[in-house]
Amino acid sequence: MNALVIENLRKVYRNGVEALKGIDLTVKEGDFCALLGPNGAGKTTVIGILTSLVTKSAGRIRAFGYDLDREIEAVKACIGVVPQEVNLNMFEKNQNVLINQAGYYGVPRRVARVRAEKYLRALHLWDRRDDVTRNLSGGMKRRLMIARALVHEPKLLILDEPTAGVDIEIRRLMWNLLRKINAEGTTIILTTHYLEEAESLCRNIAIIDEGKIIENDLMVNVVRKLQREVFVLSLENTIDQAPALDGYKVRLRNNHEIEVEVEKGQGLNNVFRALSDQSLNVASMRTKTNRLEELFIRLVKSKSGGEST
Amino acid sequence: MIVNPLSEGFSPEKEHRFNSLLKVNLIGFYTIIYKEIRRLLRIWVQTMVPPVITMTLYFVIFGSLIGQRIGQMEGVPYTTFIAPGLIMMSVITNSFGNVVSSFFSGKMQQHLEEMLISPLCFTTIVTGYVFGGVVRGLLVAVLVTGVAMFFTELRLEHPLVTISVVVLTAMVFSLAGLLNAIFAKNFDEISMIPTFVLAPLTYLGGVFFSLSLLSPMWQKVAMINPILYMVNAFRYGMLGSSDIPIGLAYTIILCALITFYAAALFLLRRGTGIRS
Ligand SMILES: Nc1ncnc2c1ncn2[C@@H]1O[C@H](COP(=O)(O)OP(=O)(O)OP(=O)(O)O)[C@@H](O)[C@H]1O
Ligand SMILES: [Mg+2]
Repeated sequence: MNALVIENLRKVYRNGVEALKGIDLTVKEGDFCALLGPNGAGKTTVIGILTSLVTKSAGRIRAFGYDLDREIEAVKACIGVVPQEVNLNMFEKNQNVLINQAGYYGVPRRVARVRAEKYLRALHLWDRRDDVTRNLSGGMKRRLMIARALVHEPKLLILDEPTAGVDIEIRRLMWNLLRKINAEGTTIILTTHYLEEAESLCRNIAIIDEGKIIENDLMVNVVRKLQREVFVLSLENTIDQAPALDGYKVRLRNNHEIEVEVEKGQGLNNVFRALSDQSLNVASMRTKTNRLEELFIRLVKSKSGGEST
Repeated sequence: MIVNPLSEGFSPEKEHRFNSLLKVNLIGFYTIIYKEIRRLLRIWVQTMVPPVITMTLYFVIFGSLIGQRIGQMEGVPYTTFIAPGLIMMSVITNSFGNVVSSFFSGKMQQHLEEMLISPLCFTTIVTGYVFGGVVRGLLVAVLVTGVAMFFTELRLEHPLVTISVVVLTAMVFSLAGLLNAIFAKNFDEISMIPTFVLAPLTYLGGVFFSLSLLSPMWQKVAMINPILYMVNAFRYGMLGSSDIPIGLAYTIILCALITFYAAALFLLRRGTGIRS
């Protein structure tokens, strides 16, 4: 079954901004899908329409077989959302935020209490249960919003930049939690600007730019499309000139580092062989940019480049 | 093929959906009123204390100091005459104020979204907020009546009329507060209605005077004011005297109630003030 089917979704805001220009997107049940795109691409607009905070101008949406126009309550009951902007009641206790939210979804108070504890613990906020949300740090507020989105145990979890401003340790914690929830059967849609996050978490990817989907495929297929990668090699030797490597473009970064451009299918063996032939020892290696990032920049750039001509 | 008309629109699956929707809305309703009541008790200094202070001042100044000079109105001491109107006045401002500030701050801080993205029907949301406003109105009514009893003797001629009128009025003004909050785009717009509409209508609504004091022409003008009917119906419930027919008062209150309720539902369903 499909968790979500979006057909020809359009949105023109009252100020005349055409935020979505006909989007088609299908997310299968159990998927972990990244929704990527530059600022203003329309990601939050799509999510807003799914949660009925934004009205659509045209198009059709079905979630788990329910039509948004005809069975909106059923659609809403399936979805949990972590919004991009903090929208917590400043004066409410953290624990009550979750209990109330569960109540709006029909979870009885007794059950809601147990769930609130479960998800506050999962997001390391149990110590702060009696504090008001206003007293939380920015990262804690994000965690509380994740807990709030989970408390009615939705079938589809949508996260709009959940890791913005969250420290590394907590980000890892969130990733593990999301992986676990996804493994247990929850479909997840995630927007983020950290592309390594999308690459490591998500199975599918949709890239949206200027209100249109410009790429939608399995993550592995998308990354495979990358024609060229740049690696940074740190050398044990000190050099003041880039070594010549047959068939590769090489650039000197500093006395210890070189950048090597590797075309798709070229492989790296020849690089290492040529380097050891020149008695240069590689101490470590990393990619210059994340692979997805490379691709993303190229896709989005080529498009806006085309626009200006 | 023969189609059974009875089976049209009815299926076990639909019935199940209806039942679970009902359950969601009942629990949701309970959650909203629980939250609203906790809110108004938590900020009791803002919700409960001001009406008590205002009422005490009114009774001291208008009742005891000036009232002694006035003597009787409609056959009762002036302090007794103004008491029902003053109680009604605090019910009106507090029911209105509760819903307008709760709903509007939810809109501004955006946590209203918690409710809007949930499967709750707007009927449940509206009724929940109205319930909160009525609770505050009634709590304040009890407190203010306590204050009034300290200054004057009150009667309860028609308990059912008294209670039904105060509850209905609290509902009407809770809905009015909700409508105000739906339309308001900033804090100025939520202080405008109380200042420019509610206060004049209340003061001209026969709280402090009997209609018979006005010239026939002004009596006609005063009759346009819906608050006049509420105040008089309530005074009738307590003291047994009224400037206007009670049946007409009920009709007007109920009309206002239905109109406001329908308007609030219509606007929310259309997304006014809550959707972009
Ligand atoms: N309420 C609104 N009224 C008018 N225009 C809006 C509104 N919300 C968004 N827009 C416009 O719609 C476009 C898409 O915005 P949206 O918030 O969906 O982008 P986004 O992809 O989420 O961007 P970001 O990565 O910055 O969060 C933008 O041009 C934005 O200015
Ligand atoms: Mg966004």
